[in-house]
Amino acid sequence: MVDNALEVEDLVMHFGPVRAVDGVTLRIRQGTVVALVGESGSGKSTVGRCIVRLLEPTGGTVRLAGADITHLSRRRLRPHRRDVSIVFQDPAGSLDPRLSVGDIVGEPLRLMRRKDISTKVSESLQRVGLRPEVAQRAPHELSGGQRQRVSIARALISEPRLLVADEPTSALDVSVQAAVLNLLADLQRDLGFACLFITHDLSAVEYLADEVAVMYLGQLVEQGPRARIFGHPAHPYTQALLSAAPVPDPAEQRARRPVLLGDDLPSAIDPPPGCRFHTRCPVAVDTCRTVVPERRTIGEGGHQVACHLVKDDGTGPDVRPTEGVAQ
Amino acid sequence: MKPVLAVKDLSVTFRTEDGPLSAVDRVSFEVGDGEVLAVVGESGCGKSVTAMSIAGLLPRTATVNGSVELDGTELIGADKRTLRSIRGREVAYIFQEPMTSLNPVFTVGHQIIEVLRTHIGLNRQAAHARAVELLKLVGIPSAERRVGDYPHQLSGGMRQRVMIAMAVACDPKVLIADEPTTALDVTIQAGILDVLRGLRERLGTSIVLITHDLGVVADLADRVAVMYAGRVVETAEVHDLFAHPEHPYTVGLLGASPAAGRHAESQRLNEIPGLVPVLSEQPDACTFADRCTRAVDTCTSSQPQLTDGPHRVACWNPVRDRVEV
Repeated sequence: MVDNALEVEDLVMHFGPVRAVDGVTLRIRQGTVVALVGESGSGKSTVGRCIVRLLEPTGGTVRLAGADITHLSRRRLRPHRRDVSIVFQDPAGSLDPRLSVGDIVGEPLRLMRRKDISTKVSESLQRVGLRPEVAQRAPHELSGGQRQRVSIARALISEPRLLVADEPTSALDVSVQAAVLNLLADLQRDLGFACLFITHDLSAVEYLADEVAVMYLGQLVEQGPRARIFGHPAHPYTQALLSAAPVPDPAEQRARRPVLLGDDLPSAIDPPPGCRFHTRCPVAVDTCRTVVPERRTIGEGGHQVACHLVKDDGTGPDVRPTEGVAQ
Repeated sequence: MKPVLAVKDLSVTFRTEDGPLSAVDRVSFEVGDGEVLAVVGESGCGKSVTAMSIAGLLPRTATVNGSVELDGTELIGADKRTLRSIRGREVAYIFQEPMTSLNPVFTVGHQIIEVLRTHIGLNRQAAHARAVELLKLVGIPSAERRVGDYPHQLSGGMRQRVMIAMAVACDPKVLIADEPTTALDVTIQAGILDVLRGLRERLGTSIVLITHDLGVVADLADRVAVMYAGRVVETAEVHDLFAHPEHPYTVGLLGASPAAGRHAESQRLNEIPGLVPVLSEQPDACTFADRCTRAVDTCTSSQPQLTDGPHRVACWNPVRDRVEV
């Protein structure tokens, strides 16, 4: 038994001059959930697409359950397809409108030439909380939340070891989002697959993720166990992300003051030298502008950070101005 | 105090190929001077349609009834000239996606100057100086240089700041902000919310904030109106609403919102089962009844009206957790 469902080593993905992903290293142990968090343009979705080999990486390696799939041809990739599935943000755009729900959900099994597909489709639909009769319907007859359930049913029908969920709830309303997040948490616990949960919304992953990895402009700036990242974020960018998301409680929200980073995300064509975050970092010093920070382990559970200002024992600047007042 | 904006019994119905569609049903609210009212709800609740109907921005397929009074002037049924003189000058809008609201072939300075010349009649030089001033007001660094930028040269956050600068160029009484930060990243959103807060404090602008995000509401609003399926189901002062929600839908919405640092250990989120109804006409019943865990017989046979007082709720069986002393 391989310990890691996924090993990504120094992953690089360039699109012409655009350095979308620039050296990402990430492991997901069997049966655990890692949240990959970042804002627009951080490269988080590109990482997801490299892992399911919708993209062939420019550099680095991707290993699924120990097998190197980085540069496999379509044909040689096929046996590994059942090991990994992906769910996208927009269920309307990722479900073929000409197929019935049953055909959509059963498609992975048909490609694997499995038998008894319709029974499996019924089971899979029921598992995501849909009635088996939904198989006869067309995707446009369903609501956004139901369509996302169909995407999940299709992704899980081949019993993958790894599910890549790319902003699966971002297009949904709050009340529907809650149901889909709960569903994913239940399925993950019951079926035991590993999951890379890609999101811009830290709050959505807090009760789902075992580990959190934070991405900025193509690179990981911090990763570690959930409780460490939420409780003791070390990187100024992680701290800023946590402080910027408003909490739905007026008394608490008004006691906080977010770190204001400025609006301009640097270009991924010509990323800043040194630490890529230094142009927006409120505590950057001269070293940050010239020397690329190494990734270092700063605490138990593999808490890692790439920042010059964080000491080896994990202490360092906290850019959040009123964190104490909020309590 | 007399409200700046008073919406009374506003109803909007659209003619569609599948027959009439009721989007807004007898919505009433008031916005005081310098007050921020958040209108909150999920997709299809009618919050944006309500916003658009205020200055007559709806397409001709819409039938609008009721009353919208801006500083004593009735806007529903007003002639085109009245509406034109009010839009931009008395009521200004900012929308979710600034790129689609800005003209890509003109510099941002040109577009702000155009507003100032059209509505206030400033000469070119004065308008230019004022445009730079406005860009500074919304926190755009090196405004003197940025005034000559085209929209594509600006980041999403900067574009939204430009939209806000244009919107407040004529010092409007009411600013209607329709999901102003929804398309932006959280670190950028924080800056935009700060700008809106500054406008209210420095210019005393009243703001109608249309949003689905309860975090944004908690950050900026003085009062909140919760909409569901075209109706206002609850309205209250912001602290009161979050601390003592009375409508089961509001309670559900609050429980469904995840918030970083607030779910200690693998706590589940609240779900609201079922779907928002699509209505051809508004029934004499509570439209939330079939999704509501507290529904009683009356809920399906009679429409609950908003109660009176500062905290108003339209519900036959409201949640009352308050301990009276």
